[in-house]
Parts: sequence; C-alpha cells; structure tokens
Amino acid sequence: MDALMHQVFSGLASGCIYGSIALALVMIYQATHHINFAQGELATFSTFIAWALLQRGWPYWAAFIVTVAGSFVGGLAIQRLIVRPVERAPVLTNVIVFIGLLVIFNSLSGWLFDYTIKAFPSPFAQDSALATRFFSAHEVGSVLVMLCVLLVLWAFFRFTPIGLAMRAAAQNPESARLVGIRVSWMLAMGWGLASAIGAVAGMMIAPAVFLDPNMMTGILIYGFAAALLGGIDNPAGAVAGGFIVGVLENLLGAYVIGTELKLTAALLLIVATLTLWPNGLFGRNVVTRV
Amino acid sequence: MKLTKAWTLLALGLAGAVFGTAAIAQKKYDPGADDKEIKIGQIGPYSGPASAYGTIGKTIGAYFDKVNAEGGINGRKLKYLPLDDGYNPAKTVEMARKLVEEEEVLLVFNPLGTATNTAIRKYMNEKKVPQLFTATGATKFGDPKNFPYTMGWQPPYAAEARIYAQHLLETQPGAKVAVLYQNDDFGKDYVQGFEEGLGDKAKAMIVSKVTYEVTDPTIDSQMLSLKASGATAFLDITTPKFAAMAIKKAAEIGWKPIHYLTNVSVSVSSVMTPAGLQNGVGLLTAAYVKDPTDPQWQQDAGMKDWLAFMAKYNAGASVTDNSNVYGYSAAQTMVQVLKQCGDNLTHDNVMKQAANLDLTLPMLLPGVNVKTGPDDFYPIEREQLAKFDGKTWVLFGKVYGR
Amino acid sequence: MTARQRRIAWLLGALLLAAAVVLPFMVKNYRVFQFNLVLVYAIAILGLNILTGFNGQISLGHGAFFAIGGYAAAVMMDRFGVPYWATLPVAGVLCFGLGFLMGFPALRLGGHYLALATYALALAVPQLLKWKLIEPWTGGVQGIVLSKPEPPFTFRLLGQPLNADRWLFLFTCAVAVLMFVLAHNLLRGRIGRALVAIRDHPIAATAMGINLPIVKSTTFGVSAAYTGVAGALGAISVAFVAPDSFSVLLSISLLVGLVVGGLASIPGAIFGALFVQFVPNVANDLSKSAPWAIYGVLLIGLMYLMPTGAMGLLRMTWARWRPAAALDPKPDPALTTRRHST
Repeated sequence: MDALMHQVFSGLASGCIYGSIALALVMIYQATHHINFAQGELATFSTFIAWALLQRGWPYWAAFIVTVAGSFVGGLAIQRLIVRPVERAPVLTNVIVFIGLLVIFNSLSGWLFDYTIKAFPSPFAQDSALATRFFSAHEVGSVLVMLCVLLVLWAFFRFTPIGLAMRAAAQNPESARLVGIRVSWMLAMGWGLASAIGAVAGMMIAPAVFLDPNMMTGILIYGFAAALLGGIDNPAGAVAGGFIVGVLENLLGAYVIGTELKLTAALLLIVATLTLWPNGLFGRNVVTRV
Repeated sequence: MKLTKAWTLLALGLAGAVFGTAAIAQKKYDPGADDKEIKIGQIGPYSGPASAYGTIGKTIGAYFDKVNAEGGINGRKLKYLPLDDGYNPAKTVEMARKLVEEEEVLLVFNPLGTATNTAIRKYMNEKKVPQLFTATGATKFGDPKNFPYTMGWQPPYAAEARIYAQHLLETQPGAKVAVLYQNDDFGKDYVQGFEEGLGDKAKAMIVSKVTYEVTDPTIDSQMLSLKASGATAFLDITTPKFAAMAIKKAAEIGWKPIHYLTNVSVSVSSVMTPAGLQNGVGLLTAAYVKDPTDPQWQQDAGMKDWLAFMAKYNAGASVTDNSNVYGYSAAQTMVQVLKQCGDNLTHDNVMKQAANLDLTLPMLLPGVNVKTGPDDFYPIEREQLAKFDGKTWVLFGKVYGR
Repeated sequence: MTARQRRIAWLLGALLLAAAVVLPFMVKNYRVFQFNLVLVYAIAILGLNILTGFNGQISLGHGAFFAIGGYAAAVMMDRFGVPYWATLPVAGVLCFGLGFLMGFPALRLGGHYLALATYALALAVPQLLKWKLIEPWTGGVQGIVLSKPEPPFTFRLLGQPLNADRWLFLFTCAVAVLMFVLAHNLLRGRIGRALVAIRDHPIAATAMGINLPIVKSTTFGVSAAYTGVAGALGAISVAFVAPDSFSVLLSISLLVGLVVGGLASIPGAIFGALFVQFVPNVANDLSKSAPWAIYGVLLIGLMYLMPTGAMGLLRMTWARWRPAAALDPKPDPALTTRRHST
C-alpha cells in the first residue's frame, strides 16, 4: 500500500511537470487556435538562458524574472516576425513553420550550450519547511508556482481589459477588429504569454530532470496528452489533465504494462482522447457553422 | 682487366637492383596509405542527442595533430577524416561506404555506438577494411573467428558486470539485488554479464529487474519500484543523465543499497555533481583510466602530459570529462599499431599488428594493460574497483580481469 | 496536352529512363548507393504527398510506416527466407492495412490534431520496435543484419560489371517508375479530383456524393503502402534495420522533402528526395554543430519564399519562358496548387 501511495504521489509530482507544459500549450491554442510543436524547445532555450545568467552569478529570483520577461518579449517577436506572415496560410504551412522552429531552437540550444547535462538549482531548498513525507520541497514548490500562474492567468483574462480583448480576438477576430481591437497584436501577446509560461515550466522542470537540449522531447508528448485530456481550451483542465496523465503513467508503468511501452501508452491516450472525448474532460463543446 | 671491371660493375649493378627492388618491395600499401600519409576514417555522433560523445572523436583528432606536429609516424602524416552519423545506424552505413569507397581510407578507427557498429560490421569485413578499436563495450565485437576485421578497445560491458558480481559474492553473498538498466544492447549486455558472474545464484539473488527508455522524462517510478522490492544491492546501468537522476532519487527516497554504477557514467562533472556529491558517497564502480579530477594523480607524469596536451591541442574541450582521457588513450593505441606496421601498410597488416599488442599507456590505471592476440580481440580487460568519497573515485582492492 | 506535347513527354521519359539505366555504370558504387536511397526517399515522399499534398491530411508520422515496411522486409528475408522482391508487395499490403486502420480515428481529427496524433505515433514507433514480446523476430535493439541480393545475371556496360549495388539500383528504379506511373494515373482521374475536393471543401465534397470516410481512409492506406514499400526497399539497400534508424527525425525529414519538392506535385518527390539525401551532408560541412538548425531555417524560408516547392519554381520559370504554353486551356486540377500559394 505504501508503495502504491508512493507511485501515486510520484505521479502527481511528474504530473505537475506535464501540467505546466500543457498550460503553455493551452495558452497558445486559446490565443491563436494553433498547436505549437515548438513549445518544448522554446521552454528549454529559456531555461538555458536562465542557467547562463545563474552561471554568471546572478541571484536566482533575478535570473527568474529576467528570463520570464525576456521569454515574453521573445515569444512576441517570434510571432510578429515568423508566424504572422503565415497566419492566413493553411494549417499545413503553420505546422511546418512550427516544426522548423522546433528544429532550430533544439540545435541552437545544443550549439550554444552543448549536450552534457547541467544541474539547475531549485529555489526551494531540500530541507525547507515545504518538504513533506511524500513530496520533496521542490515538488511542493512547483505545484504552488503552477497554481499561482494559473491564478494570475485567470485574473488576467477575467478582470483586465487586455485579457478581455485577447479572448474576444480569439473567439471572433472579425467582430473584434470592428470594435477596434488590434487582433494581430493580441495573437502576439498570446505567444508572449505562452513563452513566459513555458520559461517558468522549464525552470521548474529542470531541477528534477537536469538541463540538456533534449530535456523536453520526452515531456512534450505527455504535455500534449495532458492538454488534450483536460480540454485544449481550458487552462485549469490542462493542469488537471497533467496530474491525471502523471499518475496514470506511473501506475500503468509500475503495475500493468511495464516500463517499455510508455510512449505507446501516451499515443493511445492521445488518439483515444481525440476520438472519444474530443473536447477533453473539462472542455467546452464548440459548434461551428457549416 | 676491363672484363673484371665490367663484371664487377655488372655484379654491383645487379646487387643494387635486387636490393633496390627488395627495399621497394618492403613497402606495401593498400589504398589509404602511401609514402606521405595514412588516411584514417572515423564515424561518430557529432550532431543529435548523443553528440556529447562527439568530444571523443575531437580529442582523437587533436592527438593526431600532435603526432603530425612531432613528425608523424615513420615519416608519414596522419590524415584524419571524421564523419557524422548522428547515432543513426542507417547513416553510419552510408558514412562507412563513403570512407571505404570514396575516401579510400586505410582503416576506420573508433566508430562509436553499438547499433551503429553492428550496422557496418558485415560490410567492413566483406571489404576487408579494419573496423578498429570500436567505441563500444559490447561483447560481440571481440569475435576474431567470424569477424577478423573488427576489434573493440575498452573493457567489455559483460566483463565489467562480472567484476561487480564477483565483488558482491565476496562481500555480501546473501544480498538481494535490484537492477535498473537501459532498454538496449548496452543495458542488456551488462545484465547478461552480471547474471553469468553470479552463476546459479543469479535467480535467487536478483529480486527485481526494471528498464527505462532514453525518451523517459524521469525514472522516479522505476526507482520507487526497485526500492519496494526490498533489495539491499543495486546494479545501476544507466547513461549519464539517468545515472544522475537515479543517484539523486535514491537519496531522496531514503534508499541506501550497495550501489554499483556502470563505468560509462562516472564523470564527476557531468554526473556526480548534478546528482549531488554527498548523495554519491559509497557508490562503487570499476575503472580503467585515470580520472582527471582525482587528486592522487596531480603529480603523476602521465596526467601532467595529458593536461599539457589538452591545453595545447584541445583547448576547447573539458579537462574534467574522462571521455577526453578515453580518446587520448585510444589514439595512442592506434599510433602504436601504425608504428608496428612500419612500411607494410596494408589492411591485413594493420589487423595483424592490432592483434599483436602488449603495452601500457600513461593514462591507464597502474596494473591495467593493452594486450591482444590472434584469439584475443579484447585489448583492455583489467579494471579496478573504486568507491566515491564525495569528491572523487578512490581506488581500492585488487585489479580484476585476465 | 496536345499530341505533340505528349510525344515530347514520352521522348523525355524514354531518355530519362535510358539515363537512369546507364548512370550506375558511370559512377562508383558509393554514389550508386546514394542514388538508390534518393529513389527510396522519393517513393516515401510520394506516399506522404498523396496523403498530405493531395488530400490535406497532415501526417508527421510517416516514418512509422517506413519503419514497418523496412522491418517487415527484414523479418521476412531474415527469419523466413523470403526472396527480397517478394517482400515488397507484402510490405505494401501490410502498411495499407495499418494505414487504413489509422484512417478511422484520423477521420475525427483535423489539421493540428492529426499532426499531433501522428507525431505521437512517430515518437512511439522506435520504442515499440524494441518491445520484448516481438524481439525474437525483430532482434530488439540489435536490429537485423541482411545480405544484399546478388544480381540474377551477369552484364557489362561501359566496362563495369553489374554488381549488387547496381542491380539494386535498377530494381529500385523499376519499382519507382511503376509506383510513380500508378500514382499519376490514380491522381489524374476521378479519384484524384475527389481527393483534392476533400482537401479544399470537405463539406461540399460530401454534398456532391463523395464517401468521405471511405475515401479518406483508403487514401491513408495507399499513402502508407507507398511509404511501406519505400521502407522495404530501404531495408534491402542498407542491408540493416534497427529501431534507432527510425526516429521522429525521419518523419520530419520526409515532411521537409515534401515541402521542398512541392505539395501536390508528383515529380516534386524526386527533388525532395535529392534534398533530403544530399543537403544534410552539405550542411555538415558548413557547420558540424548545427546542421539541423540550417534545416529548420530552410524549412521556414521555403514556406515564405517558395511555398509550392521546387516544382512550383519550375512552373513559374516555365510560365515566364513560354507564356503561351502556360496558358493551357485545360489546367490539370489534380496538380493545381493555386489555393495553397500564400
């Protein structure tokens, strides 16, 4: 029983990792209705920037804030310069551009920072008050950070005018334009926010899995599964989906199918979710006009 | 009088011709070698996820630069041709064909990876071009009967695992063992060797065997399963990133078994430090090269030479990464083989000399040698156990191996 | 096409064929091997094109079918002693079945979601290939080593013998020609138009009476079959299969080849294949550290500057050269990519 509890809690901890990436994915989807395949690599690159700052002796929270702000600007820039020209193009073009970005950022990380793993510090010391019997301090801290981000996002969208403008631009771009909202800048903001969330996710994940250019390759697909399971347009659902995927992965791996077929399980989960619950467990039913 | 002079001249001329042709006949060349240079090909992962190992190939190149700067081998310069296969076996096949058929190298040196070397082994042997000192410890690459043109270099994984088994039987014969291994050739080779080393006690002693994939984000779940099995000894067969995770997680969940770590993942800078130095205290491994971070070698002549070489010829590479010691020592072995070849630089003679080695190298541990024979295609087989003390790997006990 | 144009096309085709037969005897074995791989990739990219270019279903996972075809051929040749040429139809049929099955969940997935699901497939396949249960056949991580087939007769041209590499090239060439002709016939007719209709206006297509589920699933199957046959040929040429050869990077490479060659363009597959085979080697010479970065930049750059790929560029230059000929009264609907020129 103890072992089972440990597996479940360990699953919740890794679920936090998946949930944070899922949050970034949902963010971009809400703003632009595109699935950003490059999200993982952008997050990794941001984390490397943070690492480089820390290597130069910057205090942790200073590096954290600068990285998040820088990622916001970076994401904005990428949307303006690279994604916007192909906004109106068919989905395939967009997918190809995202794959291109994925490949570029992965290589860039490898070229600038090489492929040996690096330790990334956690702001939550191992013996701080946060540690409990089943969770390490860092794991508890990551969950708190993620919930904070979620809260901030919710408040942003619900209570600020810009948040409202972004929601309007995503739901009905034509009408939004008529009301005077600069729709393409709203899309750019969406990218900026997603990149910022990705940076936070990366910095929370790296202490657990160590930093190297391929850090996110395995995680991204679980993040996708989590986002789909929770509903691709529901941030809270993404977080919940992350926890579910994490626990499921651990339990299935330990007791049912063994550790050898985890990716296949993720694949089946994705396909099953898309076919049986296309809106995810917590998503809204969207009706489109023919 | 004139006749005698003529006959003498003729005799001298004939003698000169005979000896001349004999002298020229002494120099035998296969494509890839001539009076001026020797072409050596290499294939490694210089791009993609395994490219951390690319530093080995670069160090080899740096060493060949040093050899060339000092005059070459028997008056010939070494021309080094490293190609990138991205750790993709299909690409390795293409690169091997390029080296053999287009660049016409004398031999392919230190190709890296198990699946990648498997992919080209048949081709290299069909073409009768040496696939020499492969950068993999897979046991199957020391098979002179079936593959006379293929030879490994480092201690075979199975042999290393047998050493761990032997040590365990000597110190804790009643232990229960949990095994974590990477789900590929590398992992399976170790497990097989370990089980062989334990003999008929294997079934009773090994209580849990769990795998992981290189695509797994974490191995937390596996570590929890292993702890739950109640094992008191842990055979940890992981590549650097996952080794660091395993060490860290074991400490986090309060599991303190006798922990054997594969020699592939013992780098202090890239594994032990990220894992947390204090978490690694008590870990055991088998070593065969001198670790640059070990203070006991600070005044050692071999280490000083290596550091000087790194500073002068390989300044961009890390001096705490023992992959660079590996590359240096492998390159030295290659140079020795070529020296032994003299002027007979044919594929066959290269293999013959490679199967005729008996030397020690400055960066190998004292007691570890490089020895081969026509039936023995495992150059290095001796290793010594080492225990991590929080700062470095401290050697202890005897030198195992043949 | 006028009768005169048709005659020119046939002449060109015959010339190309003759060139293809003579080529392997003019270059060294290693080059022949590389050209062989170009043909293999061309067939694979053509398969992807049928699904993505003509039918609009995005697949980031065609590497999976390439792998399955390759392994099917390898297992048959190695474990069951099947002759190499017989493995091709089996690989094709097997992949058709699997593709058809994948087509069903794909029906419910549009655009990104299908891309996502196929991406997950591409990631899962190498792990699946290492699965313990099928290891006795697949050889697990070690892979399967094959022997190259020997030519069935002796032959000399330009002083060079017909060896295994050259024979394989001719064999692959024959298979490629067959598959390209089949695709051409298929896509020129009603079925081709149905595919394009589904891509451009799915709802209108349904209203016109096209059975969407059946056509889409069958397209998936055919596309998978093409790539599977390519995979089988690849396995025979390289004479080795291992899970590490079929990573997600392969799927991405096929996509790149598709884009470079030109969507919805049959001859474009050859350009794409040439790109995929030779450019990584060139990029390596430029910078060992970041060849994939260059790949990525090219991908994005092409999407901006040349969205119709190499074939689109050719068509544009042809139009500029011979504007009269370009104003063909009956443009081929299956090859029209106007809608996708951004």
